[in-house]
Amino acid sequence: MLFTYLARELRRRSKQAAVVALGLGIGVALVVTVSAASAGVKTAQATVLHSLYGVGTDMSVTQTAAAGSGGPQRFSLGGSGTAPAAGTPFARDVLSASAGSATFSSSKVAEIEKLKGVNAASGGLLLDDRNISGTFGSFGLGASSSSGSSSSTPPPISFNSFSVAGVQVATKSVGPLTASEVTSGRWFTADENSSAVAIVSSSYAKQQSLKLGSSVTVAATNLDVIGIASLPSGSTTDVFLPLGEAQKLSDLPGEVTTVYVSAKSASEVSAVVASIHKLMPNATVTTSADLASEVTGSLSSASSLATNLGKWLSIAALLVAFSVAALLMVAAVSRRVREFGTLKALGWRTRRVVGQVMSEGLVQGLLGGVVGVGLGIGGAALVSGVAPSLTATVGPSFATGGGFGGSGVRGTGASLGGLGGPSGEGVRRNVADLTHSVAVHLTAPVEGHTLLLAILLAIAGGIVAGSLGAWRAARLRPANALRKVE
Amino acid sequence: MYELKDVSKHFEKSGRSVPALEHVDLTIEEGDVLAIQGPTGQGKTTLLQLLGGLDRASSGTVMFDGQDLGRLGEVKLADLRARAFGFVFQTFNLIPTLTALENVEVALVPLHARGVERRRRAAATLEEVGMAERSSHLPSELSGGEQQRVAIARAIVKDPKVLLADEPTGNLDEETRDEVVNLLESMSRFRDLTLVIVTHDSTVARRAPRVALIKKGRLSIRERKRSESPA
Repeated sequence: MLFTYLARELRRRSKQAAVVALGLGIGVALVVTVSAASAGVKTAQATVLHSLYGVGTDMSVTQTAAAGSGGPQRFSLGGSGTAPAAGTPFARDVLSASAGSATFSSSKVAEIEKLKGVNAASGGLLLDDRNISGTFGSFGLGASSSSGSSSSTPPPISFNSFSVAGVQVATKSVGPLTASEVTSGRWFTADENSSAVAIVSSSYAKQQSLKLGSSVTVAATNLDVIGIASLPSGSTTDVFLPLGEAQKLSDLPGEVTTVYVSAKSASEVSAVVASIHKLMPNATVTTSADLASEVTGSLSSASSLATNLGKWLSIAALLVAFSVAALLMVAAVSRRVREFGTLKALGWRTRRVVGQVMSEGLVQGLLGGVVGVGLGIGGAALVSGVAPSLTATVGPSFATGGGFGGSGVRGTGASLGGLGGPSGEGVRRNVADLTHSVAVHLTAPVEGHTLLLAILLAIAGGIVAGSLGAWRAARLRPANALRKVE
Repeated sequence: MYELKDVSKHFEKSGRSVPALEHVDLTIEEGDVLAIQGPTGQGKTTLLQLLGGLDRASSGTVMFDGQDLGRLGEVKLADLRARAFGFVFQTFNLIPTLTALENVEVALVPLHARGVERRRRAAATLEEVGMAERSSHLPSELSGGEQQRVAIARAIVKDPKVLLADEPTGNLDEETRDEVVNLLESMSRFRDLTLVIVTHDSTVARRAPRVALIKKGRLSIRERKRSESPA
């Protein structure tokens, strides 16, 4: 009887039921869409952080480069004192610590790994490979004497740079590169710590037409490509070497620039940070939270939009939907005073009448949930379809802290800045160029728990609306209800 | 069955106390057929609602089978209405979305009768009032007389002790009025029900052996002599 009565009533008031369900549905759909967009922004942020940080890493430990130290080495192309003759070819390939990075003893890796709360630690040596080649002109670098004219075009100078990271071969799950990211070929074996082998990023492999078995030249040394890694969007490291080999080629034996640390649990991160500071007072420990706060650009704006405007818009829409539903339910009960009075006269208890009204609200809430899920999924698909690529930028303030884990800087301007000048100047110019931008496509994935939340919210809305209607019905005294008929 | 002693009922209206019933004494025996007659707005319906446990007296006592209805809680009153009292209203008060059969079933819901049993009893009662063939029709598809027959079936399907009819012929033409009154009388007789009819229609009131006249909330009883036959 309950269901028959319920179904007939909803059918009789189908327009009103549709309005209530649609109202709740729109409110819930906004929640679903905003949650999906928010989840998409979080995923995008995670992508950016992974690209900067390394998969599986909770924090990175670096030391700030002292002013005037580190950075690209000076190129010494013609020997000391005497200018080389015009037409003399030159070539240099230099591997040095990344700009802004200071090196420290790799023994710290083992010490950090022993700290309480640390799950794993891995040392990394972040390097830049810069090579320049060409011929000397009559009046120095780049001038030509082929035509005998001072206005003649200087001979071409080839300049190239790419980023290199030395990784511990024994640690596969933490660091600038993890074994799971090697999608073709293989990871380093335990006895390859000082072998001439390399894993290259898929983007660099494509750019340089490298494949498994090819050779890649680092610091004028040919290395066999044994693996190709698919890295998160925005990662700028091109070539990964065994740590020992990287230390040998860069002439930085026993040194690392970064220690990648994973904590046993998220709650232990702050305690681990404190322990590391105690162990290395001059170190900079960067957590993923620190890194996230440094992210700016449209991704940051989208994040802010999703968490602030989106949240309040959803709350406002839900409140409006709940209010409209409640008002319509109360109005419906007011129109059915005679009906409920009659039921009470027939011996229906107040509880039963209230249950009838509540169940009508519940069903409308359920319908609203279904409508909301449908609209929400549609909205999320629309966001995924029309959302432009977002950019995330980590500014120089972070870069100078040496917090980049997996990144390097690729380009020409930075290295040219170091030519012939003091290395400190080179560092400063490099730091200015270290602003790191990553383009990320925003998707709005609808997660299962969001759908569950949406349906629960709609049901809650229906129950709230039904409760107000039921409260009105419960207060009806049968005599008063029937008297209104007369 | 009923014993009303010094019953008064007042309503609050715009901060003033408006009397509806004043110092009513009334006794109704089991099997009695009583018509409460009087002009509109004199307290007839209020008295019927007190008899049916739909309202409480402002003062005095309304005893039903030894129970003071004014002292019973809402749940016990609801149970009493579900089992002992059958109501028939002037405007029929059928649930518009339910069929005739389902409307009759509604009265059995508070008795926790199972679905099959509800339908069986409802169908049998509809047949008793001559509405078996219209059992699947909605109220909007029935005439006034037919709707009132369904309402009577709804009132008697639970075998109540008392049938309380509030202006049951108020919305009917003369011919239908007589049919409905005949039906109420026959149901009362065959089921041994106590019947209380509120009416302003003296034609209907004249058919009852006892008539309670009500005017400005005050009641006077007129017993029909045995030699007098109903009209």
